[in-house]
Amino acid sequence: MRKSIIWLVCVAALAALPHLLSFSQQEILVVLVINILLVVSYRLMTLTGEWSLGHVVIMGVGAYTSALLTKNLGMYVPVSMILGSLMAAFVAFLLSFPLFRMKGFYFLIGSFASAEIIRLLWKRFRDPFGGPKGLKLIDGLPDINIGPIHIDFFEPTHYYYFAVIVVAACLWILWRIERSLLGLTFHAVHWQDKLAQASGVDVRRFRTLAFVLASGFAGVSGALLTHYIGTINPNTFDVELMVFVLTWAIVGGTATFYGPILGCVALTVLNEIVLREMGFEQARPLIYGVVMIASILFLPNGLESLVKRGVAAWQGRTGGAGAKEKTP
Amino acid sequence: MTTPLLQIRDLTMRFGGLTAVDKLSFNVERGVIHGLIGPNGAGKTTTFNAISGFYKPTSGDIILRDESIAGLQMHEVAHRGLVRTFQHSTLFAEMTVMENVLVGTHMEFPPSIWNALSRQDAHDRSGAEAKAMEALDFFGLTGFVDTLAGELPHGHQRALGMAVALACRPDIMLLDEPFTGMNPEETKRMMTLMQKLREAGLTLLLVEHDMHAIMGLCDNITCMSFGKLLAEGSPQEIRNHPDVIEAYLGGARHVA
Ligand SMILES: Nc1ncnc2c1ncn2[C@@H]1O[C@H](COP(=O)(O)OP(=O)(O)O)[C@@H](O)[C@H]1O
Ligand SMILES: [Mg+2]
Repeated sequence: MRKSIIWLVCVAALAALPHLLSFSQQEILVVLVINILLVVSYRLMTLTGEWSLGHVVIMGVGAYTSALLTKNLGMYVPVSMILGSLMAAFVAFLLSFPLFRMKGFYFLIGSFASAEIIRLLWKRFRDPFGGPKGLKLIDGLPDINIGPIHIDFFEPTHYYYFAVIVVAACLWILWRIERSLLGLTFHAVHWQDKLAQASGVDVRRFRTLAFVLASGFAGVSGALLTHYIGTINPNTFDVELMVFVLTWAIVGGTATFYGPILGCVALTVLNEIVLREMGFEQARPLIYGVVMIASILFLPNGLESLVKRGVAAWQGRTGGAGAKEKTP
Repeated sequence: MTTPLLQIRDLTMRFGGLTAVDKLSFNVERGVIHGLIGPNGAGKTTTFNAISGFYKPTSGDIILRDESIAGLQMHEVAHRGLVRTFQHSTLFAEMTVMENVLVGTHMEFPPSIWNALSRQDAHDRSGAEAKAMEALDFFGLTGFVDTLAGELPHGHQRALGMAVALACRPDIMLLDEPFTGMNPEETKRMMTLMQKLREAGLTLLLVEHDMHAIMGLCDNITCMSFGKLLAEGSPQEIRNHPDVIEAYLGGARHVA
């Protein structure tokens, strides 16, 4: 009962949010929603203990695929988005063969190198990828006209609602996966792959599965982005964005599902609202770097640890007995 | 006569120039507790690692029932009913005791994306938790279900390692020094539990340096030294074997 009220409030807040913002802030909001899916999908892959530097390029695979399918074949946009996501997952599956021969640091470097190769292919081949200039005039989501209802997705607010629904559905899937026995297996592979394997877990297979799943959802975020901004090029998915994803994850913390979301929202607010309005835009990477180092030094468990402490303190104050009952 | 459950044939394991296991052969009969002993550095852990698929043997063969498992990976060996524990408490320290044992039920309740998103997950989870509880109950760990494995006392950690292995429902369990870190009372209780496992039809192969435990528990013993087979037989025969006495009294203080 209380839960459903909380959910209702959340839905109402999400629905009302764009109406409280200016037009340019609405545009940022759409990108924020897309970035949340990007960073949460990234966390799924980190569950098995591997940190990749190719995640945003995999996102780009989803973006390019969906854009090309609509541009060249005139495919209906939601279908092209699904195919873009599948393509991102498929590319990750292919990459897993060389990459999962490596672990830790070598995996990190390997993922970076293979991502750069994909970016080079985009730059090198004008046909079909458009070369360094990339793709322009990518179709948006087609309008919906049912009787008196007319929805035009060039309107940021409308696209925002579409993105929120898609991202919420994806987050629900990611959440279910994490809480399932499958998620437990991912954790097991991370913490002690020797023991997991001795218990019959095909470690390589589950590492690959986490990588492929995370990439599929990164592909969705790429497809959402491409049909919103309408133009992409190899630099849309460059190292700078990858550093942002890492910063969101590290500043927010990766121990919980919501940690990376906190990091993404907090830094986007800092970035767009504070820095841009104050005219510090040029110094963005510098400031991100400072924020990342400061958070590693002073908040090593991320923003999520603040939330945990806050909740614990709140429970301790309101119902000391109730809180104690839970931990015998 | 029935064929042995596990046959080790001319097993050799070399690390660079060092031959840790040298043409070792022995059989483990079905339904027995079999001890593998020898001075420190004799190659017992290496033998376990080669049998369980953690290392790929340099040469030789390992036959489980009537199938060669030499060179298979550890999870493939586990799927064939051979599960091992590790010498040092190797656990998922950051996970709860229950979650640790749930990983042991992985083979019986294989997870998949489809299961995760459907009702199958709740169904599997309750089945897996019931199986995990059985294993925890057997080792007297039901009171620690929500404790983080890393925070358990050392003796309990050893027991948890065995509970994870038991949850895999193996035919044969390889236990590497299961009594280390246990006080005499815990050791005694663990010995009783191992006898119960044998009565239930499980085969145990164990490395142990507690001679008292080994002699009281094992049906057969294989003694190795410098990677080679030294002697084998019943506890009585081993106790009085001149080569074994020599190996233990001559130099090597730690007897395992
Ligand atoms: N991975 C390895 N690399 C190199 N040498 C090893 C390795 N594992 C074990 N050894 C060597 O093999 C020999 C046997 O070790 P081990 O099997 O651990 O003995 P035990 O368990 O009987 O005490 C030792 O000399 C050890 O140093
Ligand atoms: Mg050893």
